[in-house]
Amino acid sequence: MFRNQYDTDVTTWSPAGRLFQVEYAMEAVKQGSAAIGLRSKTHVVLGCVNKANSELSSHQKKIFKVDDHIGVAIAGLTADGRVLSRYMRNECINYSFTYESPLPVGRLVVQLADKAQVCTQRSWKRPYGVGLLVAGLDESGAHLYYNCPSGNYFEYQAFAIGSRSQAAKTYLERRFESFRDASRDDLVKDALMAIRETLQGETLKSSVCTVAVVGVGEPFHILDQGTVQQMIDAFEIVAEQEGPAAEPDTDAGQEASAEPEPEQGAAAGEGVAPMDI
Amino acid sequence: MNFTASKQPENCLLGPESDSQRTLSPYVTGTSVVALKYKDGILMAADMGGSYGSTLRYKSVERMKPIGKHSLLGASGEISDFQEILKYLDELILYDNMWDDGNSLGPKEVHNYLTRVMYNRRNKFNPLWNSLVLGGVKKGEKYLGTVSMIGVNFEDNHVATGFGNHLARPILRQEWHENLSFEDGVKLLEKCMRVLLYRDRSAINKLQIAKITEEGMTISQPYSLKTYWEFSAFENPTQGAVGSW
Repeated sequence: MFRNQYDTDVTTWSPAGRLFQVEYAMEAVKQGSAAIGLRSKTHVVLGCVNKANSELSSHQKKIFKVDDHIGVAIAGLTADGRVLSRYMRNECINYSFTYESPLPVGRLVVQLADKAQVCTQRSWKRPYGVGLLVAGLDESGAHLYYNCPSGNYFEYQAFAIGSRSQAAKTYLERRFESFRDASRDDLVKDALMAIRETLQGETLKSSVCTVAVVGVGEPFHILDQGTVQQMIDAFEIVAEQEGPAAEPDTDAGQEASAEPEPEQGAAAGEGVAPMDI
Repeated sequence: MNFTASKQPENCLLGPESDSQRTLSPYVTGTSVVALKYKDGILMAADMGGSYGSTLRYKSVERMKPIGKHSLLGASGEISDFQEILKYLDELILYDNMWDDGNSLGPKEVHNYLTRVMYNRRNKFNPLWNSLVLGGVKKGEKYLGTVSMIGVNFEDNHVATGFGNHLARPILRQEWHENLSFEDGVKLLEKCMRVLLYRDRSAINKLQIAKITEEGMTISQPYSLKTYWEFSAFENPTQGAVGSW
């Protein structure tokens, strides 16, 4: 995209019928670090790449719990994302208070989209520079939505946003048919694999990613680093060994070790049969 | 210019007086509503009387109305406030339907919404002078609750308003059980309504019974209960009471 004479205001149309400011806002999403989401009939998993600026600083928070049954992962201007999360939490809590019932995700998402649309039609505002993957449960099952700065929203079986998300999308496109009936753990595994795709060669460890789950009977919560690392180690070993079936021993064996590096897995998997731990 | 004398004393903290006034007492009122859970859903009974003080003035007042797909609302107390509540709920259900998204407000949600409305009005010292019974079925789950004019709300297997609390609830406590059949439920309700008819002076002998199940709501045509006045105790009522007439 290049600078042109129609891109100064959000309230100026281009002759081709485009609102450039809105499109630039969507660029901001593409520049943010990756976030992915996928769902089965009963669970939704959100994952994101969380890289700290330096070793001294903490990670940017990109996954927010909105209510027991709704969570959101963001990509783009995280400050905008934080503000929108606060709005979503407020809407959920107000609905809960009045109706003693959880706000249906579908309705929250529409309210969010309408809020984003307002910013595309006011000369004194700018569009939100954040894309939101909203994961939630309602009467009709598990849902994953993507809310765009343009004020559009879409429902997805699986999706990825942010930088290098195309790699994750390719992975998800290959596998999405199996998601509907996948078990919760398989879904988390797929999420981790998708995150790995966006890392493009970098080692996947729990210190660079965050995973959250919501499902029937399971309120939205962010998985702790230890659990995530275990799951990474589990499937990394399986992947290394290229065995016909996942060794149950390896899974049991991992509980003892707390090493972040999967090198242990690489060494052990050198064509050797089940670990004798 | 306001020529009428202000109803509020000078040191009143109840806010500015305007042309409208707070509800101080009810005018046209309905008496008890009784409801119970049965095997397939909820059964609710209410007579069709609207009293104007001690006069049994209106005799075709429908005090039970369906709300949305899943709920049934019965009201006792001020009839005009009940009509106001129906307008609020109409708007609520309308907006709910306009979402057109497969989600719908069930009886629990409507009940809690009403609780908020009633309690908020009570806080402003301008109550909706009603006791409401809200029942319904959604996704197989039966729900029955009540809200009073001061915002007291609770759920139970059987509820009643007004005199029904004193006369019908004891009968229900004895005889209600899980999975009543439709016929047994109706018989039990009629037993309660008959006692109310004998003993509540604002009751009239013209009632309706409404049923709500997963399939929907039906309300019976108005009918009367058979009553028996030949009890020997009624033949000579003053026999044991010296000085009575």
